Amino acid sequence: MPTTLLSLTGDPLDMASVVRLVEAGEPAGRFGAVTLFLGIVRGENLARRVVELEYQAYEPLAIKAFEIISGEVAQHWPTVRLALQHRTGLVPIGEASIVIAAASPHRAEAFQACRYVIERVKHIAPIWKREVFQGGEAWVEGATADPTDAAAREAAYGRACG
Amino acid sequence: MRITILLFARLRDLAGSPRLERDVPEGATVDTVWQALAAEFPAVAPYRTSISAAVDADYARFTTPVADGSEVAFLPPVSGG
Repeated sequence: MPTTLLSLTGDPLDMASVVRLVEAGEPAGRFGAVTLFLGIVRGENLARRVVELEYQAYEPLAIKAFEIISGEVAQHWPTVRLALQHRTGLVPIGEASIVIAAASPHRAEAFQACRYVIERVKHIAPIWKREVFQGGEAWVEGATADPTDAAAREAAYGRACG
Repeated sequence: MRITILLFARLRDLAGSPRLERDVPEGATVDTVWQALAAEFPAVAPYRTSISAAVDADYARFTTPVADGSEVAFLPPVSGG
C-alpha cells in the first residue's frame, strides 16, 4: 500500500488509507474537511460495452506531474493538503483508477482543490488508458501534455470554482 | 552519441517496442530524435502535432538538446484519470 502522498500503484486503491495519509502528521482537528474524488471504470463508453481498462504510465514523469499539480494547488489553496493515487495495469470495470483526497480547515477549498486536481491530471499526467471493449480495443487519446499551458491551467481553475 | 527512446501507448504499438537505443549526431535535439524515429517508423509521423516530449523524465520542448545517454520519451495525448 502506498505510503507517500503522490503515487502510482498496481494494487486496488483504498480510500480509507488515502484519507489516513492526507491527515498524517498533522495535529488532530487541523482539518475540518476532507473531500475525496474517485474515478471509476465505467462499463460503457461511447455506446460501447467496456470489458476492462489498462493504464500505462511513464512513472517518474507521472510523479513529477503530480508534484507540479500539488504545487499549483498550494498556490491557489495554501491551506489544502493533497494526496493522490493512480492505478496502473488492468483495472476491471467498477473499480477505481484514481483517488484524490484534499484536506483543508474548511470545505470550500477542499472541494475546489479536488476538482482542480482531476482536471489537471487529465491535462498533463503521462498516463494512458487502453479501452478493451466488446469487439475491439483502442488507446484513448485526450490532451497534449504541456504543464506550461496557462490556458489549460486557467480552464481547470475555472471548472474548480465554477 | 547514444540515446534511449521511450515510447508509450499507441506510439509503442506502432513502433513495436517500448524502448529503443539509437545513435544521434552531436548537437541533436528532441526534434532530431523524433525525425529519426519517424523515418524509421513512418506510421508515427502524423503524431508530431499532438505529442509532447520529455528528456530524462522532465517535460521538454522539441528544441531541447539531448546528450549522450539521455532518455528521450515521446508522449501521445494523455488519458489518465
